[in-house]
Amino acid sequence: MSRDLDIKVHHLTRVEGHGNIVVNMKDGVLEKAHLSIVEPPRFFEAMMKGRSFHEAAIITSRICGICSLGHQLTSLVATEDALGLEISEQTVLLRKLLIHGATLQSNILHAYFLAAPDFLNVGSVFPLIATHKDVVLRALRMKRLANDIGDIVSGRAVHPITPVPGGFSRIPEKAELLEIKRRLLEEALPDGLETIETMKALAGAIPQFERETEYISLKHPDEYALYEGDIFSSDTGALSVHNYLDVTNEFIVNHSTSKHAKYNRSSYFVGALARWNNNHAQLGEEAHAAAEAMGLKPNCYNPYMNTIAQVVEAVHCILDSVRIIDRLMELGLKNEKPNQTPTRYGRGIGSNEVPRGILFHDYTYDNKGNIIKANCIIPTGQNLANIDDDMMKLVPEIINKTKEEITLNLEMLVRAYDPCISCSVHMLEVDFIE
Amino acid sequence: MKPQVAFFDFTSCEGCQLNKLNFENDLLDILKHVDIVEFREAMDDKADHYDIAFIEGSITSPSCVERIHDIRRRCDVLVALGSCAVNGGVNAMKNLHPIDEVRETVYGDDKYLFATLPAMAVSSVVKVDYEVRGCPMTQQDFLKLLIALVLGKQPPKYGSPVCVECKLKENECLYNRGMVCLGPITRGGCDAVCPSFGQFCTGCRGLLDNPNIDGMLEVMTSHGISLDEAKKRMLLYNSNEVQL
Repeated sequence: MSRDLDIKVHHLTRVEGHGNIVVNMKDGVLEKAHLSIVEPPRFFEAMMKGRSFHEAAIITSRICGICSLGHQLTSLVATEDALGLEISEQTVLLRKLLIHGATLQSNILHAYFLAAPDFLNVGSVFPLIATHKDVVLRALRMKRLANDIGDIVSGRAVHPITPVPGGFSRIPEKAELLEIKRRLLEEALPDGLETIETMKALAGAIPQFERETEYISLKHPDEYALYEGDIFSSDTGALSVHNYLDVTNEFIVNHSTSKHAKYNRSSYFVGALARWNNNHAQLGEEAHAAAEAMGLKPNCYNPYMNTIAQVVEAVHCILDSVRIIDRLMELGLKNEKPNQTPTRYGRGIGSNEVPRGILFHDYTYDNKGNIIKANCIIPTGQNLANIDDDMMKLVPEIINKTKEEITLNLEMLVRAYDPCISCSVHMLEVDFIE
Repeated sequence: MKPQVAFFDFTSCEGCQLNKLNFENDLLDILKHVDIVEFREAMDDKADHYDIAFIEGSITSPSCVERIHDIRRRCDVLVALGSCAVNGGVNAMKNLHPIDEVRETVYGDDKYLFATLPAMAVSSVVKVDYEVRGCPMTQQDFLKLLIALVLGKQPPKYGSPVCVECKLKENECLYNRGMVCLGPITRGGCDAVCPSFGQFCTGCRGLLDNPNIDGMLEVMTSHGISLDEAKKRMLLYNSNEVQL
């Protein structure tokens, strides 16, 4: 069909940060379909130069409010790798509990507040307060518990306080953790099961679109990888996080203040769907039951299903948090001091799965413990090329729809990735051209 | 009529905005008293006029300058939220390095592809009526200001240092525990949250009105860190405020 189409969505809403969607078709030939990232650059890598290892995580957590815990922990892992700081099992367990809390918080926020309004034809969650009050209250309750995990274990869910190099500046009380466990089982688990029912009802509105791509996530020998592991590509298998630069291959495009990334193909996918595709076998039966109920199958190539994979992970995070608290109780909480005595200086790399995908921090320290060089590679940045490739395939498939429908499909596509643009520019808009 | 309020994000992590979405217990009550007419992170709607505009983030590019002027023209009251908006926050650390070097570090040969300015406080560009400090701003602090504005009262001001709040919480001084802390010169209002969780004060709420900078540097260096390191710590959140 020979059609001219010009779509420009300026400052796309319900995403973190500033981006535009630009689609340009002339005489039926798609000339341009991309996500233009217009968030002002922040230059964190430059700000980190000369900063002490005590400050690195404090600064990098400020890359993003939504992902602050992920940045903080990944920063700490990089610093500990560089300075040879050993950490205890208790520290690892408390960090994993924090990652579950942050993942639950972020996935629930995205599914209910940012993505669900599209399925119900409203512009935000606020009209849903009148029409679906019990659902909104349930979402708020789940978010509150997830944030309480952050507040209790890390002092503050947004920009955590207690996770420091080598451990924690304060250890939570036993009674506080047991109260979290009680609420996980009595509140979050039933709410999680209700969430599956709600999402099942909305799943019919998820666009049917598939594009098989390369899926990259961490992989851990013993568990569904969120904290540490090896890099795993669905195309070529595992490699050490120390070789992350071979995977990310960042490059600059002029329509984005955030750098793009590619590995074995022109683009790759990171985030909940990549984790699901690569590591679903390591999820428990409850998470698998949730996936089956919502129609998510292993090796899913529909990017819109990322939101559903996030809900499956929410179920996993609730149950695994209980397991972690049980293990902490078994070990007995110890009032450990953080280990902050460097045994070496040099380069260290940290990588964790944060809600939006695999994150890398890479620091080089001088022999006073100050940063010489820093590099942070952000999940949303890694997804940008994949989003552009999705758009190039999607637009011709839906070209017979109205401009409004096409725009909505594109907006929903970008939102499905749950992009975090502040992060990626350490940075969304839609532009149609007809 | 309920006040029409709007939230805008400039160069920042959007953590202060997120803290508003984190009002799980109070969100529905807040919405009884104000109409949120624009909040890009959470909703599609846009409006022409705002009774109160809340601004998060620093001004760091020519497009930011234009946008903040446009918002100022269309609002009655403008509030800066969080340290990025109040004084430039961590963003202003880039101002400590030559701008060309900063661009080259991140974008290499493509350094001139994206326009950037020194990171500025919102008040450097347009009039700011009120501010909520902190990184991130606390929900309680934001609520106190919102309630005051809705009731037509003056919001609270914080004139004493973090140290005072820390003493009231009966915390052991972090200097006694071998840490270097900016509590003595940092504006309070945070309930000394970081020291209470065993972590040093980073100065995120900005400086007191008349801070004794030299005295602070002396205390810091007498507790085992170099003058250079002491200055860097002080600049973390106050690059636009301290001349060292």
